This record gives sequence, structure tokens and C-alpha cells, in this order.
Amino acid sequence: MTATVYVPRDSAAVSVGAHAVAAAIAAAAAGRGERVRLVRNGSRGLLWLEPLIEVATASGRIAYGPVQAHDVEGLFAADVLRGGAHPLRLGPTAEIGWLARQQRLSFARTGVVDPLSADDYEAHGGLVALRAALAMAGDALVEQVASSGLRGRGGAGFPAGIKWRTVRQAQADQKYVACNADEGDSGTFSDRMLLEGDPFTLLEGMAIAGLAVGATVGYVYLRSEYPDARAVLRAAIETARARGWLGDSVLGSSRAFDVHLRIGAGAYICGEETAMLESLEGKRGIVRAKPPLPAIAGLWGKPTLVHNVMTLAAVPWIVQHGGAAYAAIGSGRSRGTLPVQLAGNVARGGLVEVPFGTTLRELLVDYGGGTRSGRPIRAVQVGGPLGAYVPSSAFDLPLDYEAFAAAGFLVGHGGVVVFDDTVDLGRMARFAMAFCAAESCGKCTPCRIGSTRGVEVLDKILAGEQREANTALLRDLCDTMTHGSLCAMGGLLPMPVLSALDHFPEDFGKG
Amino acid sequence: MPSTATNGAAPASPATPTQFAIVDASIARLGDLPGALLPILHDVQDQLGFVPEAADARIAAALNLSLAEVHGVVTFYHDFRRAPPGDHVLRICRAEACQAVGGERLEQHLAAHGLGAGATSADGRLTVEAVYCLGNCALGPSVQFDGELHGRVDERRLDQLLGAAGILPRGGCGCGRQGGCR
Ligand SMILES: Cc1cc2nc3c(=O)[nH]c(=O)nc-3n(C[C@H](O)[C@H](O)[C@H](O)COP(=O)(O)O)c2cc1C
Ligand code: SF4
Ligand code: FES
Repeated sequence: MTATVYVPRDSAAVSVGAHAVAAAIAAAAAGRGERVRLVRNGSRGLLWLEPLIEVATASGRIAYGPVQAHDVEGLFAADVLRGGAHPLRLGPTAEIGWLARQQRLSFARTGVVDPLSADDYEAHGGLVALRAALAMAGDALVEQVASSGLRGRGGAGFPAGIKWRTVRQAQADQKYVACNADEGDSGTFSDRMLLEGDPFTLLEGMAIAGLAVGATVGYVYLRSEYPDARAVLRAAIETARARGWLGDSVLGSSRAFDVHLRIGAGAYICGEETAMLESLEGKRGIVRAKPPLPAIAGLWGKPTLVHNVMTLAAVPWIVQHGGAAYAAIGSGRSRGTLPVQLAGNVARGGLVEVPFGTTLRELLVDYGGGTRSGRPIRAVQVGGPLGAYVPSSAFDLPLDYEAFAAAGFLVGHGGVVVFDDTVDLGRMARFAMAFCAAESCGKCTPCRIGSTRGVEVLDKILAGEQREANTALLRDLCDTMTHGSLCAMGGLLPMPVLSALDHFPEDFGKG
Repeated sequence: MPSTATNGAAPASPATPTQFAIVDASIARLGDLPGALLPILHDVQDQLGFVPEAADARIAAALNLSLAEVHGVVTFYHDFRRAPPGDHVLRICRAEACQAVGGERLEQHLAAHGLGAGATSADGRLTVEAVYCLGNCALGPSVQFDGELHGRVDERRLDQLLGAAGILPRGGCGCGRQGGCR
């Protein structure tokens, strides 16, 4: 009998040795005359246990991890192919508490299926939503998404239904769906994990969006820092075309939708939607003034539905189960689930898809298990480089766009970066300013000049030079950036800076 | 190891006929795409390791753009190089989640070897670049070496990585750094 063994191809797993483990398994099996089918799946998201391998047994998939190549001989000696006992055995994957407690809607298939197997995709519920969408009127599809309460996962949290309606109603000879896979925020990797682990879900979501708004062409703008995601997505697009899922006649419907992949070139600002559109058009990533909204005049001046990978990946579930089912999950006006990414100095880092309303403490303690260093958590940065440094006194805050905003924080793309008590928040504030100075598109003065001035002022404060006067100057500068910047790069940069200053003043010079 | 800056600072080398042939082939293959400039620049750099300054005019003419537009795009994006990189490229993550687990020590360690970000070693074996996030933020510090991601990288693993590529002598370089080369 052939045993099936899953070894992730996810680049996080690869970064700690998954390729070597796969090779060692193939060699060990060959040496013993065992027949093994190796599936290179995505990651289950328990990243601290990677490489986490699974073996298919009569009683389900059994997990072992973290496995190194030199563990493989011992695993085979322990009869791993039949789920044998071994110190690295984690038990049935589905029963691992960290995973079982999550509510995986968008990530239901990631880590489970072979990311490039179209048959596997269909066997696990893929295409059900696209088939349903083809049988629905565009207006009804838009209403499903509107009633789900889905909001943009790229950072701004704008209601998806309103955008869909706007693009649908716009009159034009050509419309586009543009998927934002720039994922530039430090501490975030959910887009990457889905692209590497379940790319067909994104393509299905994009096709449904295209049908709903009347777009026939989609683009994915993927950051160049993700070569593995690029390879998987490129292959998935080819397979989807070959199967007739994409192309001139989606699933034989005579309705067209195709997807093209474009690669960024290492500019953080190209994650901002209008800069991304400029970049897709082959130009420098300079932010456009709004209006016009991309939904009215986007790519090449045509109505364009711009969404983050996570937003589009939520769509198949919503269409399959209905907007009301999605809206039944969550908290306040934040509906559904958020794929949270636990990162930085965290003991059990990885992907945690949970309903909105989950508190930071649950994430950091129950899931994260505290810091990797074993020292106390001093701060967490939520929402990427433009997000706030949140002190431990605020850890009971629920994940909820409005609750976070009221506290002066950002949910953003759901990245949670943990720092222990050795962190110097003065340095982190300076880093935020320097990052903005390096990555500003340069279109407006508050951001371009302000960030450079901010670095200088912070240097003086940190050196204890006229602390009070310079701190007042820093606050003034931040005020100008908040109110005078054209986009959220300069507009939100004061958030990490001032949250650090307000919650951790002891880190800002002695003067 | 003394180093020379390469990102834009080095004088542009004149392009060779082979390089022009590669640029022309990229234009022929990709020039009809909407927004073809970035795909062409990527394609050229994938093959040559950089975008020769002399290529700008050819690309501009083919795409009906001004030279300034092409030049502006090449220089706007951090990815595009103006001079060939070393035999190997090491990209070190500098962003917050990697800082939270001591990522800056990797840059300090390389600096002790005279290898700063944006520099190529004098023997042309290694180019070091800084990046902001590689999407491996739960398993930092992270680096990308010749396109492959590595996680939980400390000074020792970095030396092993470079040693395996024959860049540093295996087992460290004798710099005597505490907790560093071994
Ligand atoms: C500086 C900056 C960087 C951004 N980076 C990203 C990004 O990497 N990915 C993303 O999806 N959205 C990013 N956004 C948000 C986008 O502008 C836009 O709101 C989003 O792509 C819309 O999709 P959504 O409605 O699905 O969130 C960024 C915004 C700013 C101001
Ligand atoms: S705020 Fe900064 S990034 Fe945004 S448009 Fe102005 S200069 Fe560009
Ligand atoms: S912050 Fe270093 S990989 Fe994301």
C-alpha cells in the first residue's frame, strides 16, 4: 500500500528545512522499499512546529513536528507511515487545540490540499461558489457580499459591498478586478500562505467578483519578495485556464474572466491602491489624488475593483454559505473572521483565523504562548509599520475595527508583532519615521519632508537634547502629517510614533 | 574584506552586444503587454542581474516612452540594479518582526566582515541587500539567499549558509566575534 505523506512547500516551512525533510523521507522510503506518495501541501499555520509533516492513516491525518531531516530515520524506525509513536508525534492534526479552536473559513483548505491539484480543490468544496455565482444575477451576488458585512482586509476596512455596487453600476466598455497581493506590512504573511497553499480559492473569488461587477480581466499584483508564491500562483493560473475555470467561457458559461499575474519591484508604497494601479500601468508608484475613486476610474482609467487577497478569498465561502451566515460571525460592525498573523518574538507564531471580537490577550497568551524569549511581553505592534504599539494594559481589547480605532489603534491587515521587555520603543519610533522617509512616494511635503525631519527630531529627543521642546515639535510634525498627507502612508505614520511616545515615554530620552 | 557600493553608485558599465540582444528579446516577447515596462525590466534583470543604463533608450523607443520615464521607473523601484550583483545575493530582513528577535545582529555581523547593505564584496562573490519583510515574520530573523528563504537565522547559521556557498571558509572566518563565527 502506498502511504501518503504531507510535507509543506510553504516558504516558511521551507525556511526551516522542509525541502530537506521531503528529500530525506523519499530517500528513507526508497531505502526500505516503502511506497510513499509525497504531497507538498501548504502550511497548517502552526509555524513554530514547522516543518510539520502529516501522514494519512485509517484514523485520519497524524501530525509530527517540528521535523528535521536528521529525524527522518528515527521516524521511519518508529513506523511513522502508520502513525507510530515518536516524541515528535503531535496526534491527529484536526485535534490539535491550537488549530481546532480556530474558525477557518478562508483558510479551510490551506495546508489540507495539494495547492496545485485541481481535483483536490474540487474534492474539498472548490468551485461550488463559482457554479452558484454563474446561476445568479449580478445584483444578487453583490447583495450577498453586501449583506455578509465583509470589509476590506488590506487595511482600511472599507465595506466590500459598497465597492462592488459602485463598480457594477459604473458604465464602461472594460472593467477590471485588481487583487492587491503586495503584502508589504511587517508581521503579515496571510496572503502569502493562501497563495502558496490554496491559490485556486483566490482565483475563484476573483472570478466571482468579475462576474458580479462585470469585469472580464483580473490582475494580481504580487510583491517580488515572494518568489515561491509567484511560482505557485503562475502554475495555478495555467491549470485554471486549462480546466476552463478561467478564460473566454468560465466553466462553459460563455462568460469571460481571465487573470494575469504582475510582479512588484520592492516599493512599499505600491501596496497603496492607487500607487499599485500606477505600477500595474508600468509607471512609478506615485499615489493618485482621490477622487476619482478606482471604482470609477482605476486601471487605465476604467472602473476597477481593488481588493486585498484576504478579501477576495473570503468571497467563495460567502457565496457558498450565504451573506447572512458570514454576518452571523463577528463583533459589532466587524463581521466574519480575520486571519491574524502572530509574529515577532512569540512562542507559538503562525496563522490564527478567528472571529472578530477575539481579544488580543487570547491571541497573545492562549495562541501565542507569550514570547519566544520567555521574557514578558512589553508591547505588540498591530497592523503593520503604520500600526500602533499597543501596551499590555490594552490587551483585553477585542479585535474590532471600531474598538481599535476608538483606542487609537489599527487592525490593518491583521499582523500582530510581539516584542519582549528588551525592546526600545524610542528606537522603534525612529525606525518608523526612517522607514517612511525611505518609502514615501514623495508626492506630498508632509510625508516626504516630515518623515526626514521626524528622524532628526527623534534623534535629538533620544539623545536627551531639549527633550520637552523637541517632543512638542515632534507632536506638531505628527499633527501636520496626520492632517496634511495625501494618503495613509504619511497620514498614519504618527500612529506608531505617538503610541510609542504616549505609552512608553520612559524610552524617549532622559532630559 | 573591503567592499564597493553597487546600487546606483558604481559607474554605469557600457552594455555589451549580448546584453542588447537580451534586452531586445525581452522587448519582443513582452512589449505588447499592457503596462509592459515593469515586466520587461524584471525580465532583463532576471537574465542579467541588473538593468544596464544603456538599455533605457532602447526600451523607451520600443514602448513609445521618454527616456526620462524609463529612467524614472528604474530608479523608483528598489529592486532594479544598475550594476551586476555578486555571484550570490543575500537579502536581510530589516523590518519590525525580525527586529523583535534580534535581526539587526545579522547586519552587524556582516558589517564586521566589511559587508554593508547595498554592497558587493571586493571579490565579487556576494551582494548584501536590506529588505523590509520577507513574509516569514513568525520564524525570524529571516534572510533570502539566492531566492530561497531561511528562517530563525542567527550569526552561526548565516556563516554556515555563506560557508556552504564557498563565500566564507566553512566553520567561520576567524573574526573572533563573540557568539558569532564558530
Ligand atoms: C502605504 C500603504 C500601503 C498599503 N499596502 C497594502 C498592501 O500591501 N496590501 C493591501 O491589500 N492593501 C494595502 N493598502 C491598502 C490599499 O490602499 C487598499 O485600501 C486595499 O488594497 C483595498 O482592498 P480591500 O478593500 O480589500 O482592503 C495600503 C495602503 C497604504 C496607505
Ligand atoms: S503621504 Fe507620502 S506616500 Fe502618501 S502620497 Fe504623500 S508622499 Fe506619497
Ligand atoms: S519582518 Fe522579517 S520577514 Fe517579516
